[in-house]
Amino acid sequence: MSAVEAAAVRSGEAQNGAAEAIHVENLHKKFGQLHVLKGVSLSARDGEVVAIIGGSGSGKSTLLRCINCLENPTSGIIRVNGEEIKLKADSHGHTVPADRRQIERIRTRLGMVFQNFNLWSHMTLIENVIEVPVHVLGVKRNEAIAQAEKLLARVGLAEKRDVYPAFLSGGQQQRAAIARALAINPRVMLFDEPTSALDPELVGEVLKVIGDLAREGRTMVLVTHEMKFAREVATHVVYLYNGLVEEEGPPEQLFGAPKSERLKQFLRNVG
Amino acid sequence: MELLSPVAPGWGGTLLVGLLHSIEIAVGATCLGLMIGTAGAFGKLYGGPVTRDLLAVYTTIVRAVPELVLILLLYYAGTDLINQMLTAIGYSRVDISGLAAGIFVLGFVQGAYSTEVIRGAILAIPQGQIEAARAYGMSPGLMLRRITLPAMLPFAIPGLANLWLIATKDTALLAVVGFFELTLATRQAAGVTKAYLLFYLAAGALYLALTLFSNLIIGRVEAWSRRGMPSVKEAR
Repeated sequence: MSAVEAAAVRSGEAQNGAAEAIHVENLHKKFGQLHVLKGVSLSARDGEVVAIIGGSGSGKSTLLRCINCLENPTSGIIRVNGEEIKLKADSHGHTVPADRRQIERIRTRLGMVFQNFNLWSHMTLIENVIEVPVHVLGVKRNEAIAQAEKLLARVGLAEKRDVYPAFLSGGQQQRAAIARALAINPRVMLFDEPTSALDPELVGEVLKVIGDLAREGRTMVLVTHEMKFAREVATHVVYLYNGLVEEEGPPEQLFGAPKSERLKQFLRNVG
Repeated sequence: MELLSPVAPGWGGTLLVGLLHSIEIAVGATCLGLMIGTAGAFGKLYGGPVTRDLLAVYTTIVRAVPELVLILLLYYAGTDLINQMLTAIGYSRVDISGLAAGIFVLGFVQGAYSTEVIRGAILAIPQGQIEAARAYGMSPGLMLRRITLPAMLPFAIPGLANLWLIATKDTALLAVVGFFELTLATRQAAGVTKAYLLFYLAAGALYLALTLFSNLIIGRVEAWSRRGMPSVKEAR
């Protein structure tokens, strides 16, 4: 597709809403007897920033982790860029991805940022950032390094490129993890409580990086406890309660005029 | 002292050849043990129920039976079994070299211990790092090579270093099946010259030298494998 055609498609989509990057429908997840997600649906269009909020145990992290099958959903439909993840039942009756190659390919379009950073401890920052481009996506090493240097500079870690993660602060590690996610040029970024493990004074530097990405039109799904931040950057907010979507809508509506009593209660407690 | 001279009237050369054979066996057995151990650890952690049970039987039996018994059993019964199979399918009997048999027998034993050391080391990897590898679309093979093995190394090195040092000394057990390694060489030299104390002290010194040299190398490898970890001293 040429750039002109692509632009035409995009503008066409813009009229009926942009293309759907993430589509989750009637998702259920059980851990043994524990029914964590009880039929959740979620949609993120290109350029949207969807914030998932909710109390502890509401299932918000599980929902995010089901999108790239880090947790296998018990049932439901997940589509990434319109491609449905094929699921099957294994010999124990658990639902698992049916096609390993498909799920691996889909995962390379989703840049995941974890609560605990999860940088690879035996690699320096630059090695962490080039790892997936070089070894999974097949990018040439020198090209990957050039790109990784730009990304590290962008998150303010240019001079830390040859440092191992354990020697950095949590905020620095999380910014490096964001650079690692950006290095695969993801269609969607998934943030799983990216600031929850940080000391309060380090939260700001990470939120700033995420906020900049949101403002430049990156598609993201963000699980967060930072209500003020969600209100600023999200285009759509989903409030989960006890495994179900209790209320959703634009941030002004959800934070400004919540309808659900539970959401009102929740916002009073966290705010 | 001229008895230890490496040239003809002295027995030093004999001892050194014995040491060389010991090192060959130990290196070979450790390599084989590492391969079995890596495969065994992954089988125990991620394999199906049948694989897990078979590996449990292997590690239990090998670690339960005295090594000397295993060596005698595998060496005599093993070579006999191979020859029986060869004659059964129409080949003539072969002489299995002491070196190959020794490496196989000790490697088989080492594999059982390595399985447990490596299994423990894999369990010690922070789970999030494995999760990140999965989340970025790594295939199981790539994840093994790029993430799991290097990340488990710092946790495995102390245990594997123990196994290496044990392997260097276990080679002495092969003297009972007539393999010419350092202990057998020493026994010959001492038997002929009657200088028992001298030769056994010399052999002890050679084993010690091998250990000291090993420690030097292991120290370097361990420091390298821990390159991403803060020094423990600073945590006092």
